[in-house]
Amino acid sequence: MKTRHKRIVIAAGVLICLGGAAALVLNAFQSNLVFFFTPTQVQAQEAPSGRTFRLGGLVVAGSVKRNGVDVNFAVTDTMHTIPVRYTGILPDLFKEGKGVVAQGQFSGGVFEAKEVLAKHDENYMPPEAADALKKAASAKAGASTNVNPETK
Amino acid sequence: MIPEIGHFLLWIALGVSLLLATVPLIGAGRQRTEWMAYARPSVFALFGLVSVAFLCLVASFVRHDFSVLYVASNSNSALPVEYRIAGVWGGHEGSLLLWVEMLCLWMVAVAMFSKHLPQQVLARILAVMGMISVGFLLFMLITSNPFDRLFPVPVDGRDLNPLLQDPGMVTHPPMLYMGYVGFSVAFAFAIAALIGGNLDATWARWTRPWTTVAWLFLTIGIALGSSWAYYELGWGGWWFWDPVENASLMPWLLGTALIHSLAVTEKRNSFKSWTVLLAILAFSFSLLGTFLVRSGVLSSVHAFATDPRRGLFILGFLTVVIGSSFALYAWRAPTVGLGARFALISKETALLANNVLFLVAAAAVLLGTLYPLFLDALGMGKISVGPPYFDAIFLPLMVPVVFLMGVGPVAKWKQAALPDITVRLRWAALAAVLAAMLAGIAAGELHLGATCGLVMAFWIVASIAEDLWTRVGSKSSSVNDVVSRARQLPRAWVGMMVAHAGVAAFCFGVAMVRNYEVEKDVQMAVGDSTSLKGYTFIFKGTRELQGPNYSALQGVVDVSDGSTTQVMHPEKRIYRVQQNPMTEAAIDAGVTRDLYVSLGEQLDSGAWIIRIYVKPFINWIWFGCMLMAAGGLIAATDRRYRRAGKNERSGMEAT
Repeated sequence: MKTRHKRIVIAAGVLICLGGAAALVLNAFQSNLVFFFTPTQVQAQEAPSGRTFRLGGLVVAGSVKRNGVDVNFAVTDTMHTIPVRYTGILPDLFKEGKGVVAQGQFSGGVFEAKEVLAKHDENYMPPEAADALKKAASAKAGASTNVNPETK
Repeated sequence: MIPEIGHFLLWIALGVSLLLATVPLIGAGRQRTEWMAYARPSVFALFGLVSVAFLCLVASFVRHDFSVLYVASNSNSALPVEYRIAGVWGGHEGSLLLWVEMLCLWMVAVAMFSKHLPQQVLARILAVMGMISVGFLLFMLITSNPFDRLFPVPVDGRDLNPLLQDPGMVTHPPMLYMGYVGFSVAFAFAIAALIGGNLDATWARWTRPWTTVAWLFLTIGIALGSSWAYYELGWGGWWFWDPVENASLMPWLLGTALIHSLAVTEKRNSFKSWTVLLAILAFSFSLLGTFLVRSGVLSSVHAFATDPRRGLFILGFLTVVIGSSFALYAWRAPTVGLGARFALISKETALLANNVLFLVAAAAVLLGTLYPLFLDALGMGKISVGPPYFDAIFLPLMVPVVFLMGVGPVAKWKQAALPDITVRLRWAALAAVLAAMLAGIAAGELHLGATCGLVMAFWIVASIAEDLWTRVGSKSSSVNDVVSRARQLPRAWVGMMVAHAGVAAFCFGVAMVRNYEVEKDVQMAVGDSTSLKGYTFIFKGTRELQGPNYSALQGVVDVSDGSTTQVMHPEKRIYRVQQNPMTEAAIDAGVTRDLYVSLGEQLDSGAWIIRIYVKPFINWIWFGCMLMAAGGLIAATDRRYRRAGKNERSGMEAT
């Protein structure tokens, strides 16, 4: 083989490797993205069924019910509330009235969580949960400015 | 008074590093010896200034000086002294100071151990490192001064994050930073070579030991962080693909590629432009790692800072460093020329493939880490990229890497013969498959994932054994002969083999843990028992316990494997100041398995939810990392780096 040919073969080999790797990476990326939804979006059926996504908001006070290793609680963004079912141990910072993010699937009106995340700081609100509350708050504010004149 | 001294010294240090960044560089350009001679003394001065400033911060912590904002935020009068010292790097400002301290340490090391370098080269290297220290000192003094005072002075501090009150956290950041910052040496060597235009095998030989040492520190740092996550986060995982972990993994992947490509540059004078590019990239990713962790863009345990000015500064700094080095690269790299030619089947090709794979892996981690941030910044919604993505890309990328790890060392430089390699490695391949299947059967069941991982581990071991046999055993007639041949093996080769054996141990641990670990969440009242993988766990109840700055409920769990019984003590701690609950797992560590028990929640009935794991061979993961680091150390102390130094010096004296 001539040197030029060798170089071409090596260059082609590298390109094929890179192309294959890029295809692998992008495919894995596409199928493993986890999107985030608020309880309001889930209520409005915007969340995909049969696919894993994240749900964030506040744990409704008084909603946590333990039954052995199974636990039920509700997550709210102050507009809507979604019941969540989980099996296992909740993180240390999981508390009623505090922010939480759950990852899992929504089926039959219940969010089946595979994972529950609460962050490692008392005052810290998971950004997704904070986002959900903000959206709900602005939706409420928008609604109230519309409603107020009529009531007056 | 002490904090003011520290603050003042940092300003002087900024002045010194400004001089260091300019005077020797200009001197090198104009061939002015006395200007270049300025580099070494100012490095020592800089080191002295920053070290004393660092000690000032340590003193403020030890003396409970809560008038210092940073101390008040990260310490408490009840905090034990070792964690007060570790508190220095427990937050954003102090970690920066540690970063600069490490940089000075590396500069001093370069100044001391590179006397054999031509003065011009040394002056340029130290000047480039001086520029980096200017950037970091400015960053610290403008946006994150660790010596800022707090008024009115609080009665007590807000305490160190309980997660960081752990021996692992005392050592993890310094090791990690030694690695991060260590890549600045390779970077400085590369930039100096680009400026000077003298990029050759000698340059690669100078750079290699520095890069290897930086890489070994990074390896240790990552391993410590991972083992910390395992026992301190309380839930048994050892790697979470958290952005903070990814930030340290990316420079490691690029550093690994760099080590291998430097080998080609030194031995064969090829891949030169590529090696320089990797050196720039490895350091850029170290900076990016600092940026990701320190700017607060990540919603993660480690992201301390939330000040956007800091993010902007680092982003600007990053742009300047990466932008200017790439500009320099684009301008100068074509002059460094192509290296020696090589055939399609050769060690060079194997190493080239290794480099491509590591680069792709780093790019894939980068995509998974930054894409969610970009989407969020652009307001296009919140997404997360979890472990499934990284698992899906890492396995297919690492299988060929491990395959090449067997082939590369036995392939010849320049031109290798495929039949020759096949003959040499066919027994290794067969042995690897057989050993993996036997191990699978011994572990209980055979399945594909586990066997695949185990084949990788045994393949590396078998190919090392084959190579060792060829070099030492096959030609020897007596035991003495074997010993004398083994002694003559070059340290660089031994180091490589030890590091590769480390990868094998790592693969073995990962394959075992991922496929054969068993886990159980179980509700247990006092006196209840449960069994898992032949072990019986009996819950004896909890008792109260007072630590220095926390109170805890300590569980008592009797574990028996049929013949012996031992007691394990998982804890649920409440740290008094921050009132955070913390789960402290009880771990019975062993060579073949870890028993892992942690307390979940207490139910109204008084029973506890308890999580139990039996994790086979998990310690092999970190043992493997330590072997890799040990291999790095052996390779970096190869005689030829020292001899090369002496030869060049005597050569220069002769001329």
